Amino acid sequence: MDSLLFLTQLFNGVSVASLYLLAALGLALSFGLMRVINMAHGEMLMLGGYLAYLTLIVVPGPLAILIAIPVAFAGAALMGGVVQTALISRLAQRPLDTLLATWGVSLILQQAARDIFGAIGVEVRAPDWLGGGMAVGGVNLPSTRLFIIAVTIAVLAGIALLLKRSRIGLLVRAVNQDRMMAGAVGIDVRRVDLMVFCLGSGIAGLAGVVLALLGPVTPNVGQSYIIPAFLVVVMGGLGSLVGTTVAALILGLFSALAQIFVDVSMAQVLLLLFVILFLQARPQGVIAIRSRALDA
Amino acid sequence: MSGALLSTEGLASAYGQSQVLWDVGIELAPGTATALIGRNGVGKSTLLGAIAGTRSATAGRIVFEGADITGLPAYRRARAGIGYVPQGRHIFPHLTVMENLETGLSAGGGRVGGNARVPQHIFDLFPKLHAIRDRKGGFLSGGEQQQLAIGRALAGAPRLLLLDEPTEGIQPNVVQQIEAALRTVRDTLGMTILIVEQYLDFVWRFADGYCAMQGGRIVGRGSTATETAAEVAHLVQI
Ligand SMILES: Nc1ncnc2c1ncn2[C@@H]1O[C@H](COP(=O)(O)OP(=O)(O)O)[C@@H](O)[C@H]1O
Ligand SMILES: [Mg+2]
Repeated sequence: MDSLLFLTQLFNGVSVASLYLLAALGLALSFGLMRVINMAHGEMLMLGGYLAYLTLIVVPGPLAILIAIPVAFAGAALMGGVVQTALISRLAQRPLDTLLATWGVSLILQQAARDIFGAIGVEVRAPDWLGGGMAVGGVNLPSTRLFIIAVTIAVLAGIALLLKRSRIGLLVRAVNQDRMMAGAVGIDVRRVDLMVFCLGSGIAGLAGVVLALLGPVTPNVGQSYIIPAFLVVVMGGLGSLVGTTVAALILGLFSALAQIFVDVSMAQVLLLLFVILFLQARPQGVIAIRSRALDA
Repeated sequence: MSGALLSTEGLASAYGQSQVLWDVGIELAPGTATALIGRNGVGKSTLLGAIAGTRSATAGRIVFEGADITGLPAYRRARAGIGYVPQGRHIFPHLTVMENLETGLSAGGGRVGGNARVPQHIFDLFPKLHAIRDRKGGFLSGGEQQQLAIGRALAGAPRLLLLDEPTEGIQPNVVQQIEAALRTVRDTLGMTILIVEQYLDFVWRFADGYCAMQGGRIVGRGSTATETAAEVAHLVQI
């Protein structure tokens, strides 16, 4: 095998893993805390993509993409807050209804995007400073992909810091470990739920900006990332931060390296098979302890 | 009601279809310790949970410091001044001792992002907690967890402390420490205490009054000063 191709795909694998992770983090956070699966999570990515597109129209210039990131984060967090308040918190303890209701939201948001922006999709042009690349030992590393990896590392570090070091993080961990007791010590559990849900949606919105740098933003752009994101969450151990990260790395690398030998859609099939086999061997996922969800 | 810190009237609670509390009326005078006694399964923990708000009442009223708190969620009751030490302690297993205590501060200010500190008097009551402050809650012994659970409740500066079998499964010397700490809490801090306790000798040493439960109802109440444990024992035996 060509070692240059291998190294290139290794790097691509890490950047694909970054995308998977950004898409999966929000799902993992809200599943870890509330055992809720938000089928509209992919549409938060889509929303972030369109918000990036709009931001670049309103504020042109090389640094617009850096403005788009907080805008997309805030917009998706707000949308997440509405979904959580209006729907999910009212369907507490009814996981199946939550699944159906958020699926409905997903369809509504996709249709809304189709009506507003058209079915074809819009382009978000990467700024010139993300146009080039870096050559390391003969391997070409495109700047957009380096940017994606950097953003992911920053987001991951931010979440870890928030959970470990901040007062809000302490409350989140307490709710996660013992919901009943958290209420009894005076923590407004529903507000913590809402904050975490907004955070998770916001990260998905941010991921949408990053996705927009790689391809057109379409009404169903979220759908193509939501499946790998679910796979990452399941394989990571349902809500654990470390597990989710490790699972994203494994799946990203697996899918990129598989593409050396097979085409993209075959690689997807192999990915699914791989996850099924992995879960046969290790049903609890990468990180086993369910209750530790947001801690490790 | 006449000067009671907490009172319940006609309180009922159920797990799904099966009702376990019937028409419970209790009154706690400020600054006193009342023991809730009764055999296993008579509804003592359910009553404490209903007062703390972790279980909902299906009928009746709970009045705390003159305000009806029956419909309030648990966190609002904690912030109103009710501290809860549940059976089994419910320590947050992956938080350190210090972090467990800090969660208790939520009941005090209630504001997220506040920088309140764990009050020193908690470490004066339970010096052990300071020595083990960086250890994870899940790795503590039963006695250490019990002290932590009480300390966590006290961190919210409650006026009513609910304790569910704080001596259950704990070594005698630690039981003595806990008893001494609870005395201080009542006599020096003036806190009102409702304590579920199986051992009548503990009750008669520590509590001012008792309420006995059978089958989800209060079947007897009185003072530990005017009655003896032997006279009451038939209410809690088989
Ligand atoms: N989670 C639960 N689900 C159903 N029934 C319960 C539950 N917890 C307690 N019970 C029932 O409620 C009754 C009272 O229980 P509890 O309040 O724990 O009693 P005690 O604390 O006096 O031992 C018992 O009959 C018990 O079986
Ligand atoms: Mg009990």
